Amino acid sequence: MPSYLPIVILGAIALGFGVFVLAASHIIGRPRPDARKLSTYECGMPPVGTARERFPIKFYLVCMLFILFDVETAFFYPWALVMDTLGIYGLMAMGTFFLVLAVGFVYEWKVGAMDW
Amino acid sequence: MTPLAEELLVTFVKIVIVVGALLGGFSVMTWVERRSLAFMQYRLGPNRTGPFGILQPIADGIKLFFKEEVMPVAANKWTFLAAPVVAVATALLATAVIPYGPPFEAFGRTLQIQIADIEVGLLFIFAVTALGVYGVVLAGWAANNKYSLLGGLRSSAQMFSYELALGFSWVTLILAARSFRINDIVDTQAGGFWHWNVVVHFPAFIVYFLAATAEVARIPFDLPEGESEIVAGFHTEYASMRFALIQMAEYINMITVTVLLANLFFGGWHSGVPGMPESLGGFPLGFVWWGLKVAFFLFVFIWLRGTLPRFRYDQLMQFGWKVLIPVAAVWVMTFAVLWVVVGGGPR
Amino acid sequence: MTAADYVFWVFATATVVSGAVVVFARSLIYSAFALLFTFFGVAGLYVLLGADFLAATQLLIYVGGILVLLLFGVMLTHRIYDLKLRTEKTQLGPGLIVAAGIFIIFANAALITEWPTVGREPAPTTKEIGRLFLGEYLLAFEAASVLLLVALIGAAMIVRRKKDA
Repeated sequence: MPSYLPIVILGAIALGFGVFVLAASHIIGRPRPDARKLSTYECGMPPVGTARERFPIKFYLVCMLFILFDVETAFFYPWALVMDTLGIYGLMAMGTFFLVLAVGFVYEWKVGAMDW
Repeated sequence: MTPLAEELLVTFVKIVIVVGALLGGFSVMTWVERRSLAFMQYRLGPNRTGPFGILQPIADGIKLFFKEEVMPVAANKWTFLAAPVVAVATALLATAVIPYGPPFEAFGRTLQIQIADIEVGLLFIFAVTALGVYGVVLAGWAANNKYSLLGGLRSSAQMFSYELALGFSWVTLILAARSFRINDIVDTQAGGFWHWNVVVHFPAFIVYFLAATAEVARIPFDLPEGESEIVAGFHTEYASMRFALIQMAEYINMITVTVLLANLFFGGWHSGVPGMPESLGGFPLGFVWWGLKVAFFLFVFIWLRGTLPRFRYDQLMQFGWKVLIPVAAVWVMTFAVLWVVVGGGPR
Repeated sequence: MTAADYVFWVFATATVVSGAVVVFARSLIYSAFALLFTFFGVAGLYVLLGADFLAATQLLIYVGGILVLLLFGVMLTHRIYDLKLRTEKTQLGPGLIVAAGIFIIFANAALITEWPTVGREPAPTTKEIGRLFLGEYLLAFEAASVLLLVALIGAAMIVRRKKDA
């Protein structure tokens, strides 16, 4: 698959560019650190505790929902590609798939998974 | 030269052109944005460095290189350093499969400014824009700062929610073009402007435009950086070029979604006027149309920023899940039904 | 060796080495990081096999979704990100022997099997996948939606409040 090689090259160049800029900035900039400067920024007040506390599981739920609907979207793409050769049959096949997931979507809505 | 070496050379030149153009676009955009915003707010903006302040981005760049680097002692060192690199690398990677302007004849071959013309183009972009979340999550977590972490989490939840709507809005375009390749989708829009996808797939366009604005966290969806609540969000602790890299990634993402908008919905390099000549004195006019469209929509993003207030976070999430995604999904099924009823579009 | 062979070795090495880092890293966060490169390496191998749709979905779902979920899990769980993880080294000898045995069996199987080759430049696969999904494997396609539905309900159950229990 030669058409993919440029993507790999671009990825390598992009990573190299980022590392190069960081390194250059590290060499050029002159750090004058002191204890206050290196402490965590909390609007000028002395920092209290660590940031890594317990967090709402809501964020985790959004991530899970994202993966599930992502998989669903990945099923839509090949279907869209061959849809025009399938006609009514393709419509019914995807309609069933869609309805099942619509049920799931409505369920998430009803239990409040999409409320903040 | 062997064919492989020639291909590699062409690829390399293309990468240099695209990356150079994106970085140049990023610097110019910072200046244009500050100037335009200033005029919208009845002030002058940066106007001291060079004529009209045009050299401001260069001055900023030099300044940022000389700035001292600050890393909080509580931070997780390698993750903190990796985050800006990851952010800019994923942003650049997403630009690989987008065509910039029409194919043209030069050096005895047909060229196009597109790094990789792959069959699964749109799916690749969908996948890689999802990677943008890494820079945000890693930066937010590594700094061990409460604002950063909160900003990073908010940001990633927002990107997840709108990414889905973004991916869904493309399904009808694929259906109509029978292809993932962005070039094919652009070519279905040749001819008059009533063939543009913005006309045919208007609901998809609305969904894409809103989701893309949210995906790149521009006002009114710039919650990740809601400075009145969480300082600067996930990059609160970043300074010097590390900050600049994160900023660069954001602007590159913005340019990417704008170029996609022009290509997918506004006919790309097609003028939209039937009978318009393809080129003028050997210069392909497609570049002009394409450039105008991209420039206009970049300006629209600035314009929005000068006009609109910011969403509240709960409104933002509910809008994504309860409005955009259902609208996108229902539109896909509606379009498919219409497609079958009408008996397929023009070949 | 052709250019494709070199690319294969790069991806294979990246996959295996980063996979080893996932296992041996002391910090969960570095394990998760290394898993990123493992997934990328696997995506690269898919591309080399001509499975372009599979490679893109690998990026989309594993790198863009599941790994972020893992990172969230590591980052947001209270006080587990800096746990020093080290599985105790018990029964090193027998373990090595079993591992070597399994390796020999696999390597032997890989060497003596006659692998079918297509013998042509692989064609884009997405159309074919769509055709098969909506034709021969329609049942699996519809079953996938039911599976996703179950997962959706499960996700909602995990995060429900105590009072609903």
